[in-house]
Amino acid sequence: MKRKLAASVIIALCSVMLLLTVAELPTYGETGMPAMNEVTEHYLNHGVEDGGATNIVSDIIVDYRAYDTLMETTVLFTAIMAVTITLKQR
Amino acid sequence: MLVVEDIILREITTILMPILQMYGIYIIAHGAASPGGGFAGGSVLGLSMMLYTLVLGRDKSLKKVPPKVTSLLVSFGPLWYASLGFIGIIGGVNYLTNKGAGVPLGTPGNLFSSGLIAIITVGVGLKVASTMLSLFHILSEEAEE
Repeated sequence: MKRKLAASVIIALCSVMLLLTVAELPTYGETGMPAMNEVTEHYLNHGVEDGGATNIVSDIIVDYRAYDTLMETTVLFTAIMAVTITLKQR
Repeated sequence: MLVVEDIILREITTILMPILQMYGIYIIAHGAASPGGGFAGGSVLGLSMMLYTLVLGRDKSLKKVPPKVTSLLVSFGPLWYASLGFIGIIGGVNYLTNKGAGVPLGTPGNLFSSGLIAIITVGVGLKVASTMLSLFHILSEEAEE
């Protein structure tokens, strides 16, 4: 009973904190929010001349953030290696 | 694993197979010019082989794409990516630099443009496709016994 009471108090406190944080988030699509800074504009305006690809997403993931994508393929490789080691029969 | 005996499903799958794989290769090849790229196209390629495995059986699929090929491709992707990064160092700039290393970019919008982006996308696509397929094969091997 005591444990359940403590758990519900902790859950209530945590959800209040999370909801307060959500209330502070900027409105989706608002122009003044922190995510809509000059980086987005730079990518959109200079993406084609910097990377050469008309697909801006490709420009970002393979050129501006090439390290990120390289590590992402490494993550895939690690995952498949772990699965192979644990599950492969022979 | 259960092999589907439904003739309609089997025939439709054999008809769909080349179209699906063409579409996957198309998405990978046009990753620099239009929406798509290595991850999306690789998923389509891998899914086409997964459909083949589900409908026509595991043995046939393993004959088409042997585990040796998939395991080679799984390691080929990151190696290809990482070794292409050295073009930047040879060109005298940072690792994985595209334009600054003097790679010709071509006309934006063409199939063969954007230098390293298009070449790396091919490696990423093969990597994702082979990863999905080998995962599926390993997990279905588990289910077979």
